[in-house]
Amino acid sequence: MTVPTPPRPRTLLDFQGWTQERLTALLDNADTMNQVLDRPVKKVPALQGLTVCTAFFENSTRTRISFELAARRMSADVVSFAAGASSLSKGESLRDTVEVLTAYKVDAYIVRHPASGAAHLVARYSGKPVINAGDGRRAHPTQALLDAYTIRQEYGSLEGKKVAIIGDIRHSRVARSNAELLPKLGAQVVLCGPATLLPAGLAGQPGVTVTSDPREAVRGAHAVMALRLQQERMNGGYLASLQEYAGRYQVNEALLREAESGAIVLHPGPMNRDLEISSEVADGPRSRILKQVENGQAVRMSVLYHLLVGRA
Amino acid sequence: MLTITNIKRPGRDQLESVTTENGVIKGWNLPAEGEVLDGQGGTVAPALIELHAHLREPGQTEKEDLASGLAAAAAGGYGTVVSMPNTSPVVDEPATVRALIEQAEGLGLARLRPAAALTRGQKGEQLAELAFLKDAGAAMFTDDGRTNENARVLRLGLEYARSLGMVISVHAEDAGLRADGVMNEGPVSEELGLPGNPWAAEAARVARDLELVALTGARLHVQHLSTARALDLVREAKARGLPVTCEVCPHHLTLTEEALRSFDALYKVAPPLRTQADADHLLGGLLDGTVDCLATDHAPHTRAEKERDLLDAPFGIAYIELAFPLMWTRFGERLGLEKLLDLMTAAPARVMGWPAPSLEAGAPADLVVLDLGTEREVNPAEFKSKAKFSPWAGERLKGWPLLTVVGGKVAFRRGD
Repeated sequence: MTVPTPPRPRTLLDFQGWTQERLTALLDNADTMNQVLDRPVKKVPALQGLTVCTAFFENSTRTRISFELAARRMSADVVSFAAGASSLSKGESLRDTVEVLTAYKVDAYIVRHPASGAAHLVARYSGKPVINAGDGRRAHPTQALLDAYTIRQEYGSLEGKKVAIIGDIRHSRVARSNAELLPKLGAQVVLCGPATLLPAGLAGQPGVTVTSDPREAVRGAHAVMALRLQQERMNGGYLASLQEYAGRYQVNEALLREAESGAIVLHPGPMNRDLEISSEVADGPRSRILKQVENGQAVRMSVLYHLLVGRA
Repeated sequence: MLTITNIKRPGRDQLESVTTENGVIKGWNLPAEGEVLDGQGGTVAPALIELHAHLREPGQTEKEDLASGLAAAAAGGYGTVVSMPNTSPVVDEPATVRALIEQAEGLGLARLRPAAALTRGQKGEQLAELAFLKDAGAAMFTDDGRTNENARVLRLGLEYARSLGMVISVHAEDAGLRADGVMNEGPVSEELGLPGNPWAAEAARVARDLELVALTGARLHVQHLSTARALDLVREAKARGLPVTCEVCPHHLTLTEEALRSFDALYKVAPPLRTQADADHLLGGLLDGTVDCLATDHAPHTRAEKERDLLDAPFGIAYIELAFPLMWTRFGERLGLEKLLDLMTAAPARVMGWPAPSLEAGAPADLVVLDLGTEREVNPAEFKSKAKFSPWAGERLKGWPLLTVVGGKVAFRRGD
């Protein structure tokens, strides 16, 4: 049966313009995709004949593999474009790169780029569906979706749930995307980190509060997410020492005593064990970190289906 | 000899004619002599003066060169342009200044008055040969493009320039505070996930430099003020009687940080586009006289450079051809024609200590005829500048120059 569908953004750059209904449909559809992944033959023909390009201007093996597997399991042809800093120094513009790829008849792009807004530029220059796989500090929407999906899997809904995100908020696209998405699904988000890594400008979004006190952030939380601490933040002068950071902000059993008794722990990976998260917690019963990785593939399949095929 | 007919002087209704001879104004309403040009009922004024343009010579001619930049200036109604020295190599040698002036004279476009670097290589360490540079024709000294991080070096420069009767201009931003910011710091930069440049980077540096003016008594010109706070600091300094002047750019009056939501590097400029409250405050500064003059900071880059992502693309907007129409269209009613023309002619001359531009007999025949009424669409493809793209592309503006005359010779005529 075919039903007419309203026009929808054929891009996932961030969550602007995405309603709760469509987001919920997308997460529901990920359940179906998870069932596909449980079958002996993990493949459906939904994207047969379409060519998807992963255009990664910044290294990320894990995210690229997750997207490529998602696309292949939907029977899309996948090509990979990877450019390090070298192509920038050669002076080729992003526009030139995208126009060349589009001339190869690519149908959709999955873009990772170190500059905020670069995925928007790819959408503008290509005129094709674009999935943002992380642009600078701005957004990493499929990561936020898989986080939401994982929390929902635990509690059945995000309505009224409190989610604490702890770490380098300033430089985190994961924090920004979660702060944009989770309140749309009914959750409260608390962003927490050292004051130097916690921009005041983020407070004031609906459903989002900020605090530099980790106990206050975690108190009563249903999910606690530790962010990866880039160790080069030391050189930027944001931190006095990694020891002081870990001593105050590490997600460990002591801190989690403030959370809801059944609270789960998330991490977008890759982890610095015993820096932003204790090994005990990462490997313990609260941890849903490997579940996130697993769910990531299903969520990305759902996003591809939603943008490229329809009726999700 | 050149006669321009059918023109109006500001504030007058009757059509008149002006005749020039040997590069100066011979008189008004004389019998037409020599070449006769029809001013089409336009308003005549002294040609505009630009104190801040990047013409990219020597060494960066893929972005702009003297011919394209001075043609663009003439098309914008400018008769005189002060070019910035942050070129490749930096303009820090008297021979370079002489060569630029000589080359520009041969073009028959706007007059070039090159600014020279304050320090060798604009490194902020060792003063350039300021006396020799002045003798070669340098108009002012500045390390624009860089910031003067070492206050002691700037202090020495101010003392030396004062003894030469020269103005120093500064790009006032604290480089440490500015850090890697590509737009104004605030809720919008946080939402967009772009590195921010806080207002305090400008205000803190202006505050420091004003103390150096108080210490040395030397003339300082603060370039492209963008924040309300920095403007208030200049206002307070002027009230103290310090010999400081400042300029504001039309792009800081007409665009805000909201433009960065497009993620288009067209809007990446230093200092950055700020808030509407800042823009309103700057306009207030124009109206109350705190702001001495307008300048464009014409900063051309190649299209490919400006199509890079926001972190990688260079800073700058190039629009010397649009400055008067933009200001007249947006703020003509608030400012009035007389004030706007002053901000773009006599005011920059006062900043530099140059003779006041005039329409009287005997004054240099540097004239612009403006069509104040007809709206035209901004079409970057027609720009004389090599930077054929614009934040204002497709906008309808009025106040376009019809004719620009420099030294009694036609430097620009619309339709040519």
